[in-house]
Amino acid sequence: MADPRQLYQEVILDHNRKPRNWGAVDGASHKAEGHNPLCGDHISVTVKLADGDTIEAIAFRGESCAICKASASMMTGAVKGKTRGEAEALIEEFREMATGKLDTARAPNHLGRLSVFAGVRDLPTRVKCAILPWHTLHAAFNTAGSISTEAGDDPMHSPIGNA
Amino acid sequence: MNAPITPLSRSGAYRQSEFDVERIRADFPILNNVTVGDRPLVYLDNAASSQMPQPVIDRFVRYQTREHANIHRAVHYLSETATAEYEAARRKVQAFLNAKEDREIVFTRGTTEAINLVAHGWGRKFLKAGDEVILTTLEHHSNIVPWQMVCGEKGATIRVVPINDAGELLIDDYEKLFNERTRFVGVAHVSNALGTVNPVREMIATAHRHGVPVLVDGAQAAPHLAVDVQALDCDFYAFSGHKTCGPTGSGVLYGKAALLEAMQPYQGGGDMILSVTFEKTTYNEIPHKFEAGTPPIAPIITLGAALDYLTAIGLDNIAAHEAVLLEYATQRMSEIPGLRIVGTARDKAAVLSFTLDGVHPHDVGTLLNAEGVAIRTGHHCAQPVMRRFNVAATSRASFAFYNTLEEVDALAQAVRTVQKVFS
Repeated sequence: MADPRQLYQEVILDHNRKPRNWGAVDGASHKAEGHNPLCGDHISVTVKLADGDTIEAIAFRGESCAICKASASMMTGAVKGKTRGEAEALIEEFREMATGKLDTARAPNHLGRLSVFAGVRDLPTRVKCAILPWHTLHAAFNTAGSISTEAGDDPMHSPIGNA
Repeated sequence: MNAPITPLSRSGAYRQSEFDVERIRADFPILNNVTVGDRPLVYLDNAASSQMPQPVIDRFVRYQTREHANIHRAVHYLSETATAEYEAARRKVQAFLNAKEDREIVFTRGTTEAINLVAHGWGRKFLKAGDEVILTTLEHHSNIVPWQMVCGEKGATIRVVPINDAGELLIDDYEKLFNERTRFVGVAHVSNALGTVNPVREMIATAHRHGVPVLVDGAQAAPHLAVDVQALDCDFYAFSGHKTCGPTGSGVLYGKAALLEAMQPYQGGGDMILSVTFEKTTYNEIPHKFEAGTPPIAPIITLGAALDYLTAIGLDNIAAHEAVLLEYATQRMSEIPGLRIVGTARDKAAVLSFTLDGVHPHDVGTLLNAEGVAIRTGHHCAQPVMRRFNVAATSRASFAFYNTLEEVDALAQAVRTVQKVFS
């Protein structure tokens, strides 16, 4: 088993302490609410698309663990200025990395610094924490106006049992 | 027979010098076999599930290697043996709870199924529109959701006993909740999230003054303190085998005979009937009326051995040792700056829920695991408790009689390591 302490690298701790793009976008065109039923954590993601395609502004806020918060913070930085299609591709790559299907050291990818989250694949209970912001962004893209989508309604989201 | 267990204290009074925790730990293979990375396992998630000692494991193996057959059916040797052992386990539970009769003991898969059995068997038969069921803020979801389901179906309402900032039930408010519509009370003996020991005896007496039956969720009490259902005068008492050093898939519902007899069956099937035609089925007598189909025979027989094991050590000795652990843990954890203990009831079982400034419980749990310390993080299936304290989640260390003061030190040290990572 990999040492979980390796996941808590300085870049993740820094984004946890000082999350970038914290808050909500004024005049957002898309937004969604994501929940982690395992712990009750939640984050909201708001996005403003220019011409219905390029991410002009993105912000997030909520209550979550360091892994989730840092993942959300770095996600907002990574997708800003990208097209919706590019962001969706990145969502898929992040998901594949976090679930151990994509080895960022071997396969070509666009994740860059986001590969610091590769270690969550060894922590099955924490994979959801890292992926939650990305699922929520995906849900936001696929939700019109101000309708809030819980992660449970997200087709990409497969909740595990929870008491 | 099981390996004999010498009582640790003949007088029944706890003396730490006589409570040989190292000898007890030697009985638990998992405590000695498992390391987490290069760290010895410090298992402090006993409120979720306890570990199983070798004599209890041996009982399971003996059943599977020498005694297994279906029960209550065939006339052959193995079936008779398995039936006798299964019914012997029922009498062990009867003694463990000091129930009046063995037919008042119904075997289930666990506490959750036991509560569902009462909600279905009693609630669906006797609750009507406008009736009220009293529960408490401290309940585990398993003593909330079954009642919501049956109340929703019947048009009945749930009233909730509030708690104070220490996590204690407000008993004056409890008494004020009673009125002519009150039909049932469900209360945890010990809170799983906070460790609060509720004054169930007094609460039962209050309910009975209003003619209302009471179910006690004993999942967190049965492994830690001596339970006497006749002294409590509770109408139902539920607990789980896997929290009492027994296996998963074994659980108990105690019910007063008259109440069990008045209830409708929970599930239909074999063993719960006397006669079946397509026109009419006559149900079996209690407790068999509630044990449809082939029960978890091996887990139940093994549970009997687990209760023997706990009884040999002595529940009073267990409670006394755990009180020492709780007191020491409370002291050590209180010394840590930025750590807040959630749940500070005067009467507490050995559960320590806490939050850490600036660190989410999930991160605490992952980093404690890196130090070999196993705790539970999250809402503990008690979201109303979390909301009351305005937290989404806590970290929870929960102790058993095989834990040591050194393990408390390991916990405190590991928490300080977490703080260093996040500093």
